[in-house]
Amino acid sequence: MFDEQKKSKSLTPIVISNLSLLLGKTKILDKIKCKIHNKSIIAVLGPNGAGKSLFLKTINGLTPVESGKIKFNSKEINYQIRKEIALVFQKPTLLRRTVLENMQFVLEKKNKLSNLEIMNHLQKVGLDTYKHKPARLLSGGEQQRLSLARALLINPSLLLLDEPTANLDPYSLNLIEEIILDENKKGKTIILTTHDMGQAKRLAKEILFFDKGKLLEQTKAINFFAKPKTKEAQNYINGKILL
Amino acid sequence: MILESFTHAFDLVLTLDKDFFEILLLSMKVSFLSLLLSCLMGLPLGTYLAIKNFWGRDTVLIMFNAMMGLPPVVVGLIVYLLISRSGPFGWLGVLYTPTAMIIAQMILITPIVVSLTAQIIEEINEEYKDLFKSLVISSHKALIACLYDARYSILTVILAGFGRAVSEVGAVIIVGGNIDHLTRVMTTTIALETSKGNLSLALALGIILLLIALTINLILISLKTRAKRRMYV
Ligand SMILES: Nc1ncnc2c1ncn2[C@@H]1O[C@H](COP(=O)(O)OP(=O)(O)OP(=O)(O)O)[C@@H](O)[C@H]1O
Ligand SMILES: [Mg+2]
Repeated sequence: MFDEQKKSKSLTPIVISNLSLLLGKTKILDKIKCKIHNKSIIAVLGPNGAGKSLFLKTINGLTPVESGKIKFNSKEINYQIRKEIALVFQKPTLLRRTVLENMQFVLEKKNKLSNLEIMNHLQKVGLDTYKHKPARLLSGGEQQRLSLARALLINPSLLLLDEPTANLDPYSLNLIEEIILDENKKGKTIILTTHDMGQAKRLAKEILFFDKGKLLEQTKAINFFAKPKTKEAQNYINGKILL
Repeated sequence: MILESFTHAFDLVLTLDKDFFEILLLSMKVSFLSLLLSCLMGLPLGTYLAIKNFWGRDTVLIMFNAMMGLPPVVVGLIVYLLISRSGPFGWLGVLYTPTAMIIAQMILITPIVVSLTAQIIEEINEEYKDLFKSLVISSHKALIACLYDARYSILTVILAGFGRAVSEVGAVIIVGGNIDHLTRVMTTTIALETSKGNLSLALALGIILLLIALTINLILISLKTRAKRRMYV
C-alpha cells in the first residue's frame, strides 16, 4: 500500500503545456494545455477524429511531439516513468500466442508466483478458462478484456485506457467499470476515452473535451454534464443523447 | 514404353541402385548446404532490412526483390565467368566441383530468403511496435518476439528456398559440368539421360523429384493451415 502511494506520487501531477502534434501536414493536437491531478479518473471526450487516441499515445511517449512539454511530477518522460505507464489501445494488439503467453510476455520472470498472479488477473476479467486459447481467436470484447488484464499485470501507476468498453456486453461493461474504480481506489491515476456519456458520468471526476485537435474544456464532470461551456460540447452531448 | 520406364524406375528405387543413390545424395547435399548458407546470411540480413531505417534501404530491398527473378542460366554463366581458370576467382579451382554448384545456388536462393524475410518481419514489426514501445520492451526482446511469432511464415520461406534449390538445373549444369560421380545431380541427370533416350533413369529421378516437391508442398500447406487456424499468421 505504502509502495503504491509512493509510486503514484512520482508521476503526478502531470502538467501538459503547449503540446502540439503534427502528422504529415495535419495538426493533430494543437497547443494542448492541462493538468492532471493525483489519483484522478479523467474522461477524454470528443467526436471521432478529435485526437483522443493520439493524445493518450503522446502521453505514453509513442509519438514524437512537435512542440510543448509533458511533465510527470516535474520530470520529463524517461525509462523509469515509461515503466509506470500502461496504455490499452483502442484496437487491441495481441501477440500471435495463447492468452497465457500474452500475459507472461509482459512479466520479466516466469515462476509459480507470477503464474498465480496472471490467473488472478484473468479471472478478474473473466478469461481464466481461456488461458490456452490463441489470443487472436478471442472475440472483440474478450480481446479488449485481455488487453486490460495485461496492462493491469504490470501494475502501472498511470493507466491510459482508449475506449476500454467499446465492444463489451452489459455484464462485462459493469465488470470493467468496477475494475477501473477499484484500481483508482488502489492509487492509480486513470485517463480513459469513451463515447459512452453514462460511463463518463459514472467514472470520471474530470472531463477533457477535445474537438479537432484542440482541448476546448477541462472541467469537473458534474459541471460538464450540467452545463458545458462550449457550443461544440453541447452539440456532442446532445447528439449522443439523441442517439 | 512409358509404362516400361515406370517399372524400371521403381526397380531402381527398390533395388537401391548405387549410381542412382549417389546422384540423389549429392542433390540433397548441394541443396541443403546452399540453403543453410543462404539462411545464415539471408535471415539476419532480411530482418535487419525490415527493422532498420537507413539511407538506401529501399534500394537494397528493391535490388533483392528483383534478384528473386534472376534466370538461373544467367547466374550460372556469371559464376562460371568468375571462377573459370581465367576469371578473377580462377585460382580457387572450384569450377566443376560441388562447391561451385553451392555458390551458384546460394546466389539464387539468398535473394528469396532476404526479400521474403524482410516482408514478413516488417509486417509483424509494424503490428507490434507500438505495443512493445508502450511496454518498454528492450529492442533485443522485441526482435526475438517478432522472429518467434513469425516462425511459421519463416519456415515456409525456408521450404520455398529448398524447393527452388533442389529443382534448379540451369545454373548447376553450367558451373558443375554434370560430371559422372562428381557433380551429377538429379536435375542435370534428367536433362542428360532424356537427351540420350535413357528414359528409365530420367523418369526414376523425375519421380523422386516430384515426391520431394510434393512433400515440401504438403508440409507448407499443413504449416499454413495450422498457423491460420490459430490466427498465428
Ligand atoms: N498516422 C497518422 N497520420 C496522419 N493522420 C493521422 C494518423 N493517425 C491518425 N491521424 C488523424 O488524426 C486524427 C485524430 O485521430 P485519433 O485516432 O486520435 O482520433 P480519436 O479522437 O481517437 O477518434 P475516435 O473517436 O474515432 O477513436 C484523425 O483525423 C486521424 O485521421
Ligand atoms: Mg480513438
